[in-house]
Amino acid sequence: MSNPTLVMYEEEFQEVNEVIERLLKEANAKVIFLVDKNGQLISGVGETERFDTTSLASLTAGNIAATGGLAKLIGEKEFSILFHEGEKDNLHISIVGGRVILVVLFDNRSSLGLVRLRVKKSSEELSAIFEKLMKKSEEREKRGSSDFPFAEITDDDIDNLFS
Amino acid sequence: MSFINYASREINCKIVYYGPGLCGKTTNLQYVYQKTAADAKGKMISLATETERTLFFDFLPLSLGEIRGFKTRFHLYTVPGQVFYDASRKLILKGVDGVVFVADSQEERIDANIESLENLRNNLKEQGYDLDKLPYIMQYNKRDLPGAMTVEELRSELNPTNVPEFEACATTGEGVFETLKAVAKLILIDLKKGK
Repeated sequence: MSNPTLVMYEEEFQEVNEVIERLLKEANAKVIFLVDKNGQLISGVGETERFDTTSLASLTAGNIAATGGLAKLIGEKEFSILFHEGEKDNLHISIVGGRVILVVLFDNRSSLGLVRLRVKKSSEELSAIFEKLMKKSEEREKRGSSDFPFAEITDDDIDNLFS
Repeated sequence: MSFINYASREINCKIVYYGPGLCGKTTNLQYVYQKTAADAKGKMISLATETERTLFFDFLPLSLGEIRGFKTRFHLYTVPGQVFYDASRKLILKGVDGVVFVADSQEERIDANIESLENLRNNLKEQGYDLDKLPYIMQYNKRDLPGAMTVEELRSELNPTNVPEFEACATTGEGVFETLKAVAKLILIDLKKGK
């Protein structure tokens, strides 16, 4: 299959959260999300409870996918940064390590320049973490997925979901 | 491509409803949305034109409950069925874990069904997927309409590989949950195998 399952482990999850927590402070942002390119929310920090994070994740991924389609049409590989300016709040969306989307929501307490600068630094750190995660998944796969939570579920478990 | 998060103990999967224009993909999602308890669903998003034709996609997040301590979440997407939105359809298939093909049972739509099914197969192939290896369900929708073909006729045209099939009437909800359960189950069985 072209896309292996993305698996997030406790250790990397904490590392990722540390990076985006720091970015949240340094960029003076309101909320930061990390979204998988397929629209699954990986993590979010800041005032997340004020937003419908699931919908945000799905629409962001759709947005990146559509923009990526546009890029290909004009002969670009992708547009790695998108910026949406609103009256109060703005969205800075960027692609990290080719497969994860970093969304920074900020208002006039910050600025586009500051966000861009801080995002660049954090992106490198995040790339490294996701690189490590991919390697880890591959290695585990080679060894056989013994710690996979679904290996031992029964048909009854699945049926019970629908009862 | 499912997403397994050990930190928050969640499993997320993506289901795409595919089919020709006006076959009832959005109606399937709307029925699921109406009949699901508020705590199990998120907001349904429809990116549609002013005449309520799907422009990009509909999206509905559902959480089904827990298996062995893991929350199972399903993200339901529809594609725009109209032929000229092919570029958008390809984007939505990215990372798909399971597909429901919604066929329009009316005789005059059989060519549109066949064309859409071929389009599904080709678009999946472009992304490196093989429809025959994916969790895949066939739904014969609009069974209530007078011009509906028989299930045998539809099967011979649209379901030569005999994947699980369901008769449905998405406006009244008949067959909608049966279809969803079947595809969700296939996805979980697939995950169990550790694909």
